[in-house]
Amino acid sequence: MIFNAEVFQITILSLQISALATGLSLFIGLPFGTLLALGKFYGRSFLLSMVNTGMGLPPVVVGLFVAITLWRSGPLGDMHLIYTPTAIIIAQVIISFPVVTGLTAAALQALDSRLRLQLYGLGASRLQMIWMLWKEARLPLLAALMAGFGSVISEVGASMMVGGNIRYQTRVLTTAIVLETGKGNFDFAIALGILLLTITFLVNWALTWIQQRSAK
Amino acid sequence: MKHARITFLLLTIFALALTGCGGATSAPATEAPVAMTEAPAAPANPNLILATTTSTQDSGLLDVLVPMFEEQTSYTVQTVAVGTGAALKMAEEGNADVLLVHAPASEKALMDAGWGKDRFLVMHNDFVIVGPAADPAGIKGTPTAVEAFQKIADAGSDFITRGDDSGTNKMEISLWGKTTADPNGQAWYIDSGQGMGATLTITSEKQAYTLTDRATYLANKENLDLEILVEGDAALLNVYHVITVNPDKWPKSNYDGAIAFAKFMTDPATQKVIGEFGVDKFGQPLFFPDADKTDADLGLE
Repeated sequence: MIFNAEVFQITILSLQISALATGLSLFIGLPFGTLLALGKFYGRSFLLSMVNTGMGLPPVVVGLFVAITLWRSGPLGDMHLIYTPTAIIIAQVIISFPVVTGLTAAALQALDSRLRLQLYGLGASRLQMIWMLWKEARLPLLAALMAGFGSVISEVGASMMVGGNIRYQTRVLTTAIVLETGKGNFDFAIALGILLLTITFLVNWALTWIQQRSAK
Repeated sequence: MKHARITFLLLTIFALALTGCGGATSAPATEAPVAMTEAPAAPANPNLILATTTSTQDSGLLDVLVPMFEEQTSYTVQTVAVGTGAALKMAEEGNADVLLVHAPASEKALMDAGWGKDRFLVMHNDFVIVGPAADPAGIKGTPTAVEAFQKIADAGSDFITRGDDSGTNKMEISLWGKTTADPNGQAWYIDSGQGMGATLTITSEKQAYTLTDRATYLANKENLDLEILVEGDAALLNVYHVITVNPDKWPKSNYDGAIAFAKFMTDPATQKVIGEFGVDKFGQPLFFPDADKTDADLGLE
């Protein structure tokens, strides 16, 4: 009964939004985290503290600020993004980007610093060196990716506020659970909760499999 | 050495934070005995769970009434504001002691099934249809809500439904049932799945139509780009009842507290407060006291 067309549509939308948001976070967070880990510039540790604070950013606060920005009365109101999946992706990138960045920086800093010297000594270019370091730190980097995905697939505050929980458009698993709980449909809400956990588990299982295979 | 110093610094900050919290929590404790002396003897079970709808909470009415009740009776009220569907479910599952809800048909079913013990008429407010000033479907001044809904459907203008099984949602669905249109599955029929406040925000952003209780609309009016387009239809009355949860079904429920709350809500002094609530802020009352009336007076059978 629970696996009807609408639940399927909500599940796919949740996965699309969170996967895209995590992907974008990785795209920005990996280079930025690398810069924070290896770079030597003024204000580096301050930026790192900012990123580490951002790892605990409350989704509902992110949602509030993104909503204010995207409302028709807001500065970006003319882009008509409020209550669209794009709005949710924007909010989720803001939530997961610090997670990916912070864990990337930590992963690279945990590497033996002599490795960098050795790579330079072998004549590696800057890009080659970074590539080698990423490969070396691939286990914690995949963990960073999983943490980033986990932070967005599970959040509800921002999705509710900037997405609007609109049926067939921006309703995702977490907001659907809030709605069904509010309606008093506790059994359906629990079923959706189990579905969400199962999907999160499957994604992490796949990523862990890649991670552990590369560990050998 | 450096690490030891940082650890020390962090510990100092935590210690300061903790003493700060301690100072804050000790403050209310000194006020408590003063309130106790004015109130009658404490009831055996002072905790009362009130399940109510988001509309009473969002309008601010409960922020006035609940402290009054607590002071008069020394009960502590835990207010849970949910959709009417969830509030009724809470009564069925024994998770609430008393309800303040507005979905007469569902309430009757609850009483017939024996989950509720007593039911009292408390007050009403009314629903209005709001929409953009441009009014693309041309519903302004339409005498009845059903005709207005028909026009919206015929024009295919965006309409936001709460879709959350709340009292407002149930009222809206019953109105659609009296038109020839079936909004379900239509592109212009947008399901927000959220409370009235959030749904009004979405309606304003999308410049669509929606059905709202007057109180929530007035309370949010300044943030909305919406106008009242249809009002005054007798079919748009929103009637609130207090229902006590049946202690025969749920012996653990606080029936004494529930009856005390029902008495308080129908008391003439409280009814006067209800009738005056919101006048100073909005220039018109948000709720109309009805404890001296019967369901039949309000057009409910």
